[in-house]
Amino acid sequence: MIRILWLIPAIPVLAAGFIALLKRGQRKLAATAAIGALGVSLVMSVAAFASMLGNSGLQVMNFRWLQFGTQWISLGWLLDPLAAIMLVMVSFVGLLIFIYSIGYMAEDENFTRFFCFLSLFAGAMLAVVIANSLLLLFMGWELVGLTSYLLIGFWYHKPEAAAAAKKAFIVTRVGDLGLLLGMVWLYGSTGTLLFYNHGAGCLEHGALAVLVAHTTIGGMAVSTAIALLIFLGAAGKSGQVPFHIWLPDAMEGPTPVSALIHAATMVAAGVYLIARVYPLMSITVTPGTISTALQVIAWIGAITAFFAACIAVAQDDIKRILAYSTISQLGYMMLGLGVGGVAVGMFHLITHACFKALLFLGAGSVIHGCGGEQDIRKMGGLRRFMPITFVTYASGMLALCGFPLFAGFWSKDEILHAAHGWPMSLGPFYLGTAGALLTAFYMMRQVYYVFLGSRRTADEAAEAAAKAADETTAAHGHATAHGHGEPHESPAVMGIPMIILGFLAAFLGFVGTPAWPWFSDFLTGQTTTLDFGRFGEAGLLPLMAVSSLMVFAGLGLGWWFYGRKPIVSASQPDGLEQAMPPVFGALRRRLFVDELYAVTVVRLVRWGSALADVFDRFVLGGLAGLMALLVNGLGHIDNSLDTHAVNGGFDLGCRELATGGRWFAAWQSGRVQTYLRTIGIALIVLAVMLLWWGKA
Amino acid sequence: MNSIGPLTLLTALPIAGAVLVLILKRAQKLSRAVAIVIAVAALLATLVLWARFDSAAPGMQFQEVHTWAPSVGLTYHVGVDGLGILLLVLSAVVVLMSLAASWRNASHGPVYFALVLLLEAGLFGTFTALNFLHWFIFWELTLLPAFFLVRLWGGPQRGRASVQFFFYTMVGSVALLLAFLALYLATGTYDFTTLAQMAQNGGLAAALQQNLHWGGWSGGHIALILFWAVFLGFAVKTPVVPFHGWLPDTYSEASSETTMLLTGAMSKMGIFGFLRILLPIFPAQMQEMLTPLLWLAVASIVLPAFAAWRQKDLKRTFAYSSVNHLGYCVLGVCVAAKLTGVDPSLAIEKSAALTGVLLQIFSHGLTAAALFWFVALLERRSGGLRGLEDFGGLRKIVPVFCGLMGIAIFASLGLPGLNGFPAEFLIFKGAFPLAGWAATAALLGLLLTAVFLLGILQKVFFGPLGKGQLETKTDTNSSSLPAAMRDLSTTERFALAPAIALMFVLGLYPQLIAGKMAGTVTQWTTPATSATEAYKTTAPKHNAARLEAASGAWLIHRKAQAGKAQVAD
Repeated sequence: MIRILWLIPAIPVLAAGFIALLKRGQRKLAATAAIGALGVSLVMSVAAFASMLGNSGLQVMNFRWLQFGTQWISLGWLLDPLAAIMLVMVSFVGLLIFIYSIGYMAEDENFTRFFCFLSLFAGAMLAVVIANSLLLLFMGWELVGLTSYLLIGFWYHKPEAAAAAKKAFIVTRVGDLGLLLGMVWLYGSTGTLLFYNHGAGCLEHGALAVLVAHTTIGGMAVSTAIALLIFLGAAGKSGQVPFHIWLPDAMEGPTPVSALIHAATMVAAGVYLIARVYPLMSITVTPGTISTALQVIAWIGAITAFFAACIAVAQDDIKRILAYSTISQLGYMMLGLGVGGVAVGMFHLITHACFKALLFLGAGSVIHGCGGEQDIRKMGGLRRFMPITFVTYASGMLALCGFPLFAGFWSKDEILHAAHGWPMSLGPFYLGTAGALLTAFYMMRQVYYVFLGSRRTADEAAEAAAKAADETTAAHGHATAHGHGEPHESPAVMGIPMIILGFLAAFLGFVGTPAWPWFSDFLTGQTTTLDFGRFGEAGLLPLMAVSSLMVFAGLGLGWWFYGRKPIVSASQPDGLEQAMPPVFGALRRRLFVDELYAVTVVRLVRWGSALADVFDRFVLGGLAGLMALLVNGLGHIDNSLDTHAVNGGFDLGCRELATGGRWFAAWQSGRVQTYLRTIGIALIVLAVMLLWWGKA
Repeated sequence: MNSIGPLTLLTALPIAGAVLVLILKRAQKLSRAVAIVIAVAALLATLVLWARFDSAAPGMQFQEVHTWAPSVGLTYHVGVDGLGILLLVLSAVVVLMSLAASWRNASHGPVYFALVLLLEAGLFGTFTALNFLHWFIFWELTLLPAFFLVRLWGGPQRGRASVQFFFYTMVGSVALLLAFLALYLATGTYDFTTLAQMAQNGGLAAALQQNLHWGGWSGGHIALILFWAVFLGFAVKTPVVPFHGWLPDTYSEASSETTMLLTGAMSKMGIFGFLRILLPIFPAQMQEMLTPLLWLAVASIVLPAFAAWRQKDLKRTFAYSSVNHLGYCVLGVCVAAKLTGVDPSLAIEKSAALTGVLLQIFSHGLTAAALFWFVALLERRSGGLRGLEDFGGLRKIVPVFCGLMGIAIFASLGLPGLNGFPAEFLIFKGAFPLAGWAATAALLGLLLTAVFLLGILQKVFFGPLGKGQLETKTDTNSSSLPAAMRDLSTTERFALAPAIALMFVLGLYPQLIAGKMAGTVTQWTTPATSATEAYKTTAPKHNAARLEAASGAWLIHRKAQAGKAQVAD
């Protein structure tokens, strides 16, 4: 298996290359190639997963890639339970979303290109999963970022989409540069970037001991510095505060993209990265203590979980609510990694991938059915028109809220349980619990607005039509085809993936209950036994009760604000807004984070570039101009010297020469008489002279 | 002594081609075709040399030595190591790309093509010469065709730009010449390898002190002055901030095809100088001046990246981007100069940085040339427009153009999988342990590069259609009829395809170049042990013996290769 593991990412990448060469009209071929390729990857992933069930040993395969001087950079891939489970999740959720996309993107003129990008994404993401080298992981990581960029900007004629794509790439790149720095530091300190290499990898004992033994600025262990830099990359990709700003804007992309990339897989890559390099994250100088890196991760995760949940409360765009919810859930995963370890964080990653993908697909179905409308205030009563969407959405929503027995309940509970037992502080636990309440609240609000109550689309039909007319070509080609009649249920090609995910959202949690903790046992390589006695562990049941209570309270509050009196009009102020306008206003403006960046970082960069430009144009240009003046001045002086002194002298000389010439010319007139006369005179003179001197 | 080696023939080829093109001047099409054929032949010749180049061997290969004018220390001495062979191939590639881009440019007549070929000859000569005077002749020889190419075929401000270009470069050249005259007076040789050896064993400073009586200065001080003079020559050419004042004007005023040559090949002459001359002959001075040098390198990375974001003109943006990319090379060279003592792990970092520099030389040449080629194509379609605000939503009407240019832009941005990434990674990998603060500061350059390149994508490719392509004028038909911009023709696609393919190949398999560079890099990073026997005899007194030895080495090498070929048969 390990020898051919590289094919899992390679096949979708090759499919992407193939689709790139197709013509725009070859839609069927494009979709078939993409789905077929990912299908093969899924089968291979499942086979890899199955091979891990028996023996959970780590398998690696390394090869030499690039030579510098006498040294080589090696890359490689690996298979362990962590990678296996991630492989299955990515290819499985990916495949469902690919299928869903056939329906959702059916009317789009760039259908083939869409599948090209999706396929490339899947390949890059799978490469991240199996990478056994931080460098290879980074390469896949950046490619994933590229496809995210391309897909957010898929409807490139929309300026917002173009801006959102750029923002996503640049914000995540800030984190990526931290990761790059951490990577070169790690490379320099340990001499390898391979994770595992039969004892010589950078995550193995020898290298870690070196990292811990050395200190850097401020007495920090090198391992801590590197771990924090790597976390910077993970935080950028996984939308942790303060890097979360790109993710809500990323919703400008087509909804399947939001489901696949910005909910289920790519944004979870940061969490996966931390899980992958967990030995580095958790290593400390004195064994038994909690590393600085993990403390930072736990706190950032908890803050993100709470902060994003707050903002989600006041959003009106169906996808933006889910986007903030995603940020919040990613915070939970980080919190889980920080306080509980790999299994805790990863379990939530897997369950979240299922139910959040489901929610996005449901949202897509709603948008599809409402002719491109995304504002939840203009929906309502949709449960009658789209029953399948409603039921599956409800399943996803309950899972997200952590409603007892649904998938999210088990995974979130494990995080809270671990946070409660964290020796450092109870702060993250309280933040997480409050976040759970908010989660239930905003999901209840959303469901009331979208599915329950009375239908408000009819009231605003005229307005919506006018608005949609502008955007038909832009936002959603589908709108033109179906017009704005009744909201309608989506076709089966979209419905079936939702149903499958709906089942998983309800039941997937049972692989990781306290009684049967298969998930964490699989990751750690133990055999699992069923033991209901584990529920009796100290504090477990009361904690479950508290968290369930939070969920019920959140749902109840949601009913209080939005369900008690039905929402009748889209322009009616929000229930919460009536209760506390300033808070709601601040939340709606997303707590002004974007504005904060605009007046700080963005302005700083602008000034920097203005300064650099001025420096070039005026300082350097001025210097060059001065030089030119100097040279010109010298030229002038030289010129006048030439005209007056040199040329003057020359002219004078010439005049003298001319006179002399005339004089000489007179001697050579060519007249023989003159010559004879001259010779005669000369002879006489000579004779006289000879006689005169001869006498003497 | 009468044998003429492959490097001489290689340099002669474009000169002969230029003459031929001028002879056939009347037959425009034929002369252009001849020029292209010559460029292809030159490329094939360099590739043959590349294939026969022994990557494991240290020192110069394909050497050739003839006496020329011994009275002034001028010897005809050519040879290439990894750096030289790499630059030969790159020059040939870039010249061919530039000529291919000029193919459809009606204003570029046979004279243009002939000048480009002359420039190619100058480049070949510069990259193979191992004697300063000989090298300097070619160094200046490239300047002449370049000056006329900018002067005669540029934009409205080309006169000013060409003079600026010439002036700046001349200042650098004069400084170089004076420095080497001083070196010659002190040591009696112009030979790079000999001078490098003298610098290694401390003979250079001693000779300077002994033979130059400059107001009682010590040899070290004189060497430092000479170092800065030589540095100035290369800093202008590369360019290093703040000696880059000529570049934005020249790159944007020259016709895009000429800019391809300037940025793709000629800018590498500066880096070549850093690696061939500055690093081996003035290592002690570089170590002494390391901090200011690193500041200059970081400034060359960060400031142009800032400035690029500010530009409203595609060519000016890419011009600044070019300074930024070469800044990484300067950074790599500077950290490689750091005095590290005997720590072997830092020697490894040096070899990483230097391999990165070599990869970056090629990678930047390829990418920058490709980018300006795309600008040329865009200019031709839009009637000369190249402002960022003139365009918008190009993806809608010219998707293939945008797709391919997008690949080039992402290569420039350093996306893994494309050619820029392995180079930049290796430079940072080497630079960080050697000069952590400089590497960290340089990261800002990587970020800003992404900002302005994606800004270009956003403005030009995305969004609604801009005015530039609604009123398109073609070259021949200058009526103002609004016509949709044409996408790349099949010919253009096939012309561009090899360049784009090469970006992928070098991104996924950089070993293609790095493998060839291994011997050279090893030699650079471990100079003491790798001085080969052939250079042991190199002392100015035994000039004749040295010539014998060196040409003997060339013959032996040729025989050895012939032997290898037989074995292979």
